[in-house]
Amino acid sequence: MVMPMAHTSPAAAPGAFVAASDVAALAAGAAVFGTGGGGAVHTSQVVAEQALQEHGPVPLVTVDDLGPDDLVMLMSGIGAPTVGIEMLSSRHQIDLLVREAQIAAGRPITTLMAAEIGGSNGVGPVGWAARLGLKLLDADGMGRAFPSAAMVSMNVAELPCDFAILSDVVGNVSVIKTIDLHWLERHARALTVASGSICLGAHYPMTAETARGAVVEGTVSAAIRVGHALLSAADPVQAVAAELNGAILLTGKITDLDRRTEDGFARGSVTIAGTGADRGRLQRLELQNENLVVLEDGEVLVSVPDNVTIIDAETGQAISTEMLRYGQRVAVLAWACDPIWRTPRGLELAGPAAFGYDLDYVPFKEINR
Amino acid sequence: MSRDLSLGVDVGGTNTDAVVIDADGQVLASTKQPTSEDVTTGIRAAISAVLTQLGDARPQVSRVMLGTTHATNAIVARRDLDRVAAIRLGAPAATEYPPLLGWPPALAQKVLAGSAMLGGGHMVDGTPITPLDRDGIRRFLDQTEDFDAVSVTGIFSPSGPEQELEVADLIRAHLGADARVFLSQDIGPTGLLERENATVLNAALYSVARSVTEALVTVVTEEGLEAATFFAQNDGTLMSLDHAALYPVLTIGSGPANSIRGAAHLSGAEHAIVVDVGGTTSDLGVVVNGFPRESTLPREIGGVRTNFRMPDILSLGIGGGTIVDLVTGAVGPGSVGHRITTEALLFGGPTATLTDAAALKSTPVEGRSLPDLPGSTGRMLSAALEEARRRLEDAVERLSLGRADLPLVVVGGGGFLVPDQVPGAGPVLRPGNGDVANAVGAAISLAGGRADQISSLDEREAAIQAASEAAVAKAIHAGADPLQVTVVDILETPVTYTDRPTVKVSVKAAGPLARLGERMNA
Repeated sequence: MVMPMAHTSPAAAPGAFVAASDVAALAAGAAVFGTGGGGAVHTSQVVAEQALQEHGPVPLVTVDDLGPDDLVMLMSGIGAPTVGIEMLSSRHQIDLLVREAQIAAGRPITTLMAAEIGGSNGVGPVGWAARLGLKLLDADGMGRAFPSAAMVSMNVAELPCDFAILSDVVGNVSVIKTIDLHWLERHARALTVASGSICLGAHYPMTAETARGAVVEGTVSAAIRVGHALLSAADPVQAVAAELNGAILLTGKITDLDRRTEDGFARGSVTIAGTGADRGRLQRLELQNENLVVLEDGEVLVSVPDNVTIIDAETGQAISTEMLRYGQRVAVLAWACDPIWRTPRGLELAGPAAFGYDLDYVPFKEINR
Repeated sequence: MSRDLSLGVDVGGTNTDAVVIDADGQVLASTKQPTSEDVTTGIRAAISAVLTQLGDARPQVSRVMLGTTHATNAIVARRDLDRVAAIRLGAPAATEYPPLLGWPPALAQKVLAGSAMLGGGHMVDGTPITPLDRDGIRRFLDQTEDFDAVSVTGIFSPSGPEQELEVADLIRAHLGADARVFLSQDIGPTGLLERENATVLNAALYSVARSVTEALVTVVTEEGLEAATFFAQNDGTLMSLDHAALYPVLTIGSGPANSIRGAAHLSGAEHAIVVDVGGTTSDLGVVVNGFPRESTLPREIGGVRTNFRMPDILSLGIGGGTIVDLVTGAVGPGSVGHRITTEALLFGGPTATLTDAAALKSTPVEGRSLPDLPGSTGRMLSAALEEARRRLEDAVERLSLGRADLPLVVVGGGGFLVPDQVPGAGPVLRPGNGDVANAVGAAISLAGGRADQISSLDEREAAIQAASEAAVAKAIHAGADPLQVTVVDILETPVTYTDRPTVKVSVKAAGPLARLGERMNA
């Protein structure tokens, strides 16, 4: 039975908080939601843990909890991961960003939300919320990681983006107002390059009213649960799959890796040969920053926007596409995307065709093998 | 008289091993001695033992190479570490992540005298982040008390090294010409926090490293050897002793690297999977073109995250002393370790081990056979042996990268646990002297160096050329023969989100050591 995640993940309970002790689980879970991309979580985890230790737990609120005075901003790090590991953010970068966003919005920002729950972008906002004394929305704009700023649920919901703010490591701040998200991406990319290929961004100011139906709800608490399952279960691989209502498509080892760069994106494929009970089976995954399509015997088993993450066959830890190595023992984990991505507009923005694949999208169903 | 013998020493936590090999790589002498608290006594005993075995040939020893886990142990035990003043250049960039973030507090407290994040550094395209804060550096040095060394980490210094070099001069001009200054560009590639961690650790290890280098020099001098001395580093290449004293952190993974290379050498294989089966664990690694294959995952040393390229080692809880639970059938991970000669069934002891299981089918210990066992015990042991072999076979398959023809080189006291045929591997080789493979690995090391460059895709060829030249220069500086150094590895990583397609290239060069005998006699 298909159980879309937003329905199986009870949203944050009233009075819910994210504490410093949850950050490791959040990071491990966010890495799984990264579907191969989203950037390494480790440094974000260390900084977020420290922020929560210093400033205390962060209130985790749902869309229902938002009042008329609340204003939500979507937060993200933008840029090249290879630069992101060297030129890290400044201490005041996030303060500048939020201050400028408040000026542009003409009212206080009360709540932060991760643009994408997958990878480091899913971990940073909780630390920023702690430092700024803000709330964190139990939601994100993707329910996973995607390579393009246009691939957000607010865009599916056709919510206009009033403005975007970028701040860089030296303190430059830009307010960007574009006619649509494609122009926003183009301008943000040019500014990011000018800033040394890495920026922090805030965009999509939202109220309780506009956020409803436009965000992927429950994903922060889901990532924390997935992380707890992964870090504490006796069989972490099965525990993670169960927590996501997903399935392990194959357990095996990587026997071929083909990676290249096209149009600024890491593209390639990885071949996994089944071992143990799966011996004799072979799956190929197509990658473009994230894992996009799983093929077996010429048939598509799963495709974007449904979620595919390659996890360590023993520890269940997510392995990002740049960390894949020949010979690794892995399990292929798949689970259903949020229903918003299965709408016609969702598929237009982030279906197989949006990534250049000429195939019909078949919704992933849980498979009990 | 030809002076072409090499003396290899491995200072491990338990044993100090030494070997002498000739120019053809044949082992002429070998010994195993206990490691001593002062390091020197163990090295003295080991070197003295192999030189005695050599007899009249001892003047032919022209090189002494040492590999050790001493630096790792110092970090883990938080012992004898120097205090470091850590400077980072590039503020306000990266100020959200202060130096030593995430270190175990006790270690950070021991090592860090103070830190400063100051103006300087470069962006990925070479643009200065902020002007270099020269006064800030002087002020920080004046305000910081009780430090032995200074570490300098500039943002993107691996791509543009000039600023760190200028700062080193500035620090020496301020503190004195003999001030100990360590630059991140000499320690690692891009990856700011990991490189900074490694640079600070390196600065903290100076005295520990010097104690080992001095121990080696002392013994070599006492023995009257006219030999050049070297240290083995993580990637299986050598550094001059002077270099090792400056960059001790680069020796941290030398133990496993030497073991893998030594075992492969003893077997005669250039490409091989190596398994070292000890009493408690089996360590597996791969040799490609005579070098250990490196892991690309970040490595932690004593709880500190670094980005060293270390040998890709897979450790299993399978060894000769591994305990077999006769009730549940569980194999390990407990081991009787060196108590095997009193504990195991073969020796009349009460504990079933994998050595006993192997005795069902072969004779792992000469002159020993199993006492009469109940049928159920025999079946349990038999199943345990199967389980141990299955886990070893899985590990071999995992490391084989799909090649079924790589020879499997077996060394270590528990080598009998590996059958003569292993699926996923070629011939199983069991070379002699496998018990001193570590020291053999040290004795056959090459000299090498690695350098990184970031460039636009259009200038990729030039970047590879520049990185190659820098790597070759580093290898020669480390002792390689200038006429025989070659580039052995080129890694390219694409950089996205730039206006032009950009790549990072990382080049490694290595070559046999220059013949220093003549120079020393001159």
